[in-house]
Amino acid sequence: MDLNNILLASVSLGAMGLLFGAGLAYASQKFAVEIDPRALAIRDALPGANCGGCGLPGCDSFANAILDGSASINGCPVGGPECIKKIAEIMGVEADESVKKIARVICNGDNKKCKEKFEYFGIQDCKAAAMIAGGSKSCSYGCLGLGTCVKACQFDAIEITDGNLARIIPEKCTACGKCIEVCPKDVIDLVPFEQEVAVDCNNEEFGRPVKEKCSVGCIGCKICVKVCPFDAMVFSDNLAKIDYDKCTNCMLCAEKCPTKAIYANFEKRRKAQIIEEDCVGCTLCKKVCPTDAIEGELRAKHKVIEEKCIGCGACEKKCPKKTINMK
Amino acid sequence: MEDAGIFVILVSSILVNNFVLSRFLGICPFLGVSRQVETSIGMGMAVTFVMTLAGIITYFVQKLILDPFDIGYLQTIAFILVIAALVQFVEIVLQKMSPTLYEALGVFLPLITTNCAVLGLALLNIQNKFTLVKTITHSIGAAIGFSLAIVLFAGIRERLEVADVPVPFKGFPIALITASLMSIAFLGFTGLV
Repeated sequence: MDLNNILLASVSLGAMGLLFGAGLAYASQKFAVEIDPRALAIRDALPGANCGGCGLPGCDSFANAILDGSASINGCPVGGPECIKKIAEIMGVEADESVKKIARVICNGDNKKCKEKFEYFGIQDCKAAAMIAGGSKSCSYGCLGLGTCVKACQFDAIEITDGNLARIIPEKCTACGKCIEVCPKDVIDLVPFEQEVAVDCNNEEFGRPVKEKCSVGCIGCKICVKVCPFDAMVFSDNLAKIDYDKCTNCMLCAEKCPTKAIYANFEKRRKAQIIEEDCVGCTLCKKVCPTDAIEGELRAKHKVIEEKCIGCGACEKKCPKKTINMK
Repeated sequence: MEDAGIFVILVSSILVNNFVLSRFLGICPFLGVSRQVETSIGMGMAVTFVMTLAGIITYFVQKLILDPFDIGYLQTIAFILVIAALVQFVEIVLQKMSPTLYEALGVFLPLITTNCAVLGLALLNIQNKFTLVKTITHSIGAAIGFSLAIVLFAGIRERLEVADVPVPFKGFPIALITASLMSIAFLGFTGLV
């Protein structure tokens, strides 16, 4: 075997490699493009799923969008508060505590509760159905239930119930907003994840026309507005809407709504509990309670009347000794 | 083809011996980036650029390094080295000089590194014992052939998107069938040169 052969091969190839390497190294220096180091840091902080939930093609472009200011730091619906915190640190801004939100179909008029105008046999798609006289539902604001949102959801977080209504599975929803975009009826809304009360109606008509079409529609009676102790009910377009910042999940509105258009998860209703040893008997909680559910004299231990308590948490906030717990 | 004229080489590399449709080189980008005419044009441009440069440089590598030292068996690895370095270099320069073109070419540039059409071209140039002028002609011709095939194919695929295709054939199956039909169509050019 000729040693020269091996030597020649390795030397010439090595020389070529070196030459190209040096050339590339020189070129990358000479033609260096400054890349913002923050872009790389932000991309590392993001989940990296490239899901497009932010509305941009991928995590990389989202990172760049944050840098040039066209996207906000809490634009990633998947990463959650932790991700926002990290990005805020990189960008040197305060993270505003963003509440985790989820999408919600604000219609409860399934095929038993809401009448049909006609039978629809066309393309099984809400957009197509909505083009024919606004859909087969007598209520032109309600969910058509043909699953256009289901197809749009990348997280399998939407299902169609037996009653032909779209329903969001809260645990899977990332609030990416794709379903809101595609829904021809604008019947999907973002609500806070912790929210246990919601107005499940989108009908902007008033009174009888609503009642005739759907048994669970908001007829615009404003009882909920009057009954809300916290002014959290906003009334516009003949429709009650909840101001989620003010709402305490006391569920009074849902109790009083004559058509049951307001959904409330009564199982999750909280109850106030007073730690008796620490109560100084100041009566502050008694005064603030909207339902007179706290009894007790001045300087005596207070007690919560369970049946009356609606779990609004007003007393918890007011108590100077922090002796009230919500359970 | 050793004593073929320049025009003959050009025509044969574009139509008769089309790199994609009759030599079956560079099938990956041919199928991968042919969804839209616009992107396929970008890919075609990038490939044209790299192929021409690679053809010229590999010619000199062969004549000045491999031949004198009698190490022709290192051809493949040496050419890959050249192509990879070249693509990297083009990418770096483009990013600086023309960010818009860089954006437009995007991921296609690095993809060319592993494009067998480029390597195939370099090897064919040597095999056919082309002179420098013929090498350049052949390189440009091959690149135009590639661009022609991919742009035509993209045009057909854009139409296929909205065509009523039976469910089992939707997507790649129909694309592959289309590609084979195009290949057969290009067979018609045989005998032209």
